[in-house]
Amino acid sequence: MNMISFKIDGVPVTVPAGTTILEAARQAGIRIPTLCYMKDVNEIGACRMCVVEAGGRALQAACVYPVDSLPRNRETGEYAEVKTNTPAIRRARKVNLELLLSNHDKKCLSCVRSTNCELQALCREYGVEDENRFAGAMTETKVDNSSLSIVRNNAKCILCRRCEAVCEKVQHVGVIGPTMRGFKTQILPAWNMGLAETGCINCGQCINVCPTAALTEKDDTKEVFDALADPNKYVVVQTAPAVRAALGEEFGIPMGTSVTGKMAAALRRMGFDKVFDTDYAADLTIMEEANELVARVKEGGVLPMITSCSPGWIKFCETYYPEFIPNLSSCKSPHEMEGAVIKSYFAEKEGIDPHKIVVVSVMPCTAKKFECKRPEMGHDGMADVDIVITTRELARMIKQCGIRFEKLADEDFDDMLGESTGAAVIFGVTGGVMEAALRTAYEVITGEKLQKLDFVDVRGFEGVKEASYNLNGLEVKVAVAHSTGAAAKLLDAVKSGEKSYTFIEVMGCPGGCINGGGQPLVSPEKRLEIDVKALRAKALYDEDAAKPIRKSHELPAINKMYDEFFGNPNSPKAHELLHTHYTARKLYND
Amino acid sequence: MSISQDKYDRLDEVIAANKGQSGAVMRTLQAAQDIFGHVPKDVQIRIAEGLGTTLSDVYGVATFYSQFALEPRGEYIIGVCLGTACYVKGSKNVLERVCKELDTPVGKTSKDGLFTIRDTRCLGACGLAPVMMINDDVYGRLTPAEVPAILNKYRQA
Ligand code: SF4
Ligand code: SF4
Ligand code: SF4
Ligand code: FES
Repeated sequence: MNMISFKIDGVPVTVPAGTTILEAARQAGIRIPTLCYMKDVNEIGACRMCVVEAGGRALQAACVYPVDSLPRNRETGEYAEVKTNTPAIRRARKVNLELLLSNHDKKCLSCVRSTNCELQALCREYGVEDENRFAGAMTETKVDNSSLSIVRNNAKCILCRRCEAVCEKVQHVGVIGPTMRGFKTQILPAWNMGLAETGCINCGQCINVCPTAALTEKDDTKEVFDALADPNKYVVVQTAPAVRAALGEEFGIPMGTSVTGKMAAALRRMGFDKVFDTDYAADLTIMEEANELVARVKEGGVLPMITSCSPGWIKFCETYYPEFIPNLSSCKSPHEMEGAVIKSYFAEKEGIDPHKIVVVSVMPCTAKKFECKRPEMGHDGMADVDIVITTRELARMIKQCGIRFEKLADEDFDDMLGESTGAAVIFGVTGGVMEAALRTAYEVITGEKLQKLDFVDVRGFEGVKEASYNLNGLEVKVAVAHSTGAAAKLLDAVKSGEKSYTFIEVMGCPGGCINGGGQPLVSPEKRLEIDVKALRAKALYDEDAAKPIRKSHELPAINKMYDEFFGNPNSPKAHELLHTHYTARKLYND
Repeated sequence: MSISQDKYDRLDEVIAANKGQSGAVMRTLQAAQDIFGHVPKDVQIRIAEGLGTTLSDVYGVATFYSQFALEPRGEYIIGVCLGTACYVKGSKNVLERVCKELDTPVGKTSKDGLFTIRDTRCLGACGLAPVMMINDDVYGRLTPAEVPAILNKYRQA
């Protein structure tokens, strides 16, 4: 490999040809600020925050400047030294920010991203003194509230195009992009459609990469506060596995710390009548799904069977790969199952009118806001789940309640729907549903005790993971994909006949729910320093390893419920309450 | 075969010829504009699906370049120059008057299908500022008050 040696701010560096100045500086431990840059996803040199002196007269954008383009000394052949911190550079960065602010709705005090906004942070860092230095006309924008999950407010957009890149390149959706030109440029869906009219899958990955408040989740916290304040309502909350792995970050607790106990305590203080765990229904999902798989295998049903826990993935499949709808497991996602159980089994046992119950789901996911409004997610005129809030929204509510989260003593979930196994906990990370299902399917099919519970082949963060297991002579080939882009590639390979599998797990978000569109935000720059997915995943795998029961079918509470209420997995009653169906969706409605 | 079917067939040929090549969206849009006179949504969807890209991509290109019309164009294209020279001489007022007379915003076509209003960059006739063009006719040193009479000429033509 052709290596290039030069200096950055006096520090010698040697990197392969083709490396950008930004990358080289990172390796030398020198930070260059970025705004539009996202490694491997968005490298377009648009914002010019990363300008440096690179031997020539003009300042250069470090994120797109390959080191081998540096000018060389004619005699010595030495590459020019790069400077990242001179008065001219600091001035250029400051003016850049001031220009961005000239067309920005600068209401930081009431902005949901305040204190967690990359634009705001850079303005402080580069000493912007007057946010109105270049006051003038503003681009005319409208807030797009059409989606049940995502709010787009272009008055806060800085045109970095990170959202467009993630939507197109990572998720293979591509429903937002720049329109018009010059001062009129805006990131919009084609034909100024509302996001809800497009093929958007509500995954919220665009929110996760937006540096400002131009993209946010639809805020449903008021509905929750209203329900809590209503004496005629019985308000039940449930929390998804991935929430506990990240919620602490919002309160300064180190990333990778599971905060299950504090979370249960906080929810109780907020006034919920019952604090339940979606993990319970994750175990229930495994009972239903593993048995569905066994039945499909034994009775010649449609294979590969594909998991259905991730509503972003479901909408993607319905819109872009409707030919795979028969492959989707008919199981509702865990929180929908739990909602259905709360409004049937639980209500019956406790003697509560289910119409008075409000089920609130705390989810790492924005697509769940869409899912809970699907007409098929309910029974007897009641929605299974009434309100979905994200991990971020829960954190805001806890703060508004004045609760000092980090000081809370651990508490447990409430009985009945609060117990769970290790298999359920790992639902929150890519490969987890597969692993949990295999633990149960193995024992159901073979009738033997599983010796080693960890299926390590399906763990980790490669785009697609594959493995093959022999269950008493029955070969089960499995694949795991996370991000809808990776799922698309996998399905193409299945469609072409290049690959064949028995069982596929798909999670719509890269890394699975731990990195869902509703999780605490971590900037792309910070993500280069810390492995967010691995840390959050570790919190879940540790919790799994520490659980006394790690296989769903061994959970006494679940078995009791089957005895008392559902009969068997996949029974008619289970089908009525715990299963669903899917609809092919048109990409364009013209 | 209907006329419009023939047009769609021609579009499909262009799509097939350009598929997989760089600059395909731009070239296909240009051809589509020649075939249909403008590039409406259904045509853009056909291009996106045919080329294997997103509607967002196609629409982005179509709105980036002013040569593309999203709606049917009127018989007459009115261009009012908003270049610096014209602007300081009040071309904005001329443009506003045109819009008011035709009850049509900039970029759109009047209800009778006769006029499409455009704001343009410098037309290179700064000596005549402010300048308006209607198809190939040039009107210079205009005041807003002269606008109605000029438009009437075309209405009666
Ligand atoms: S997006 Fe950032 S800079 Fe803009 S108002 Fe919100 S906090 Fe302030
Ligand atoms: S929610 Fe997902 S699909 Fe929708 S615009 Fe954002 S990234 Fe694209
Ligand atoms: S919406 Fe956010 S991510 Fe998208 S271009 Fe604007 S500022 Fe960047
Ligand atoms: S131009 Fe380099 S980070 Fe935006």
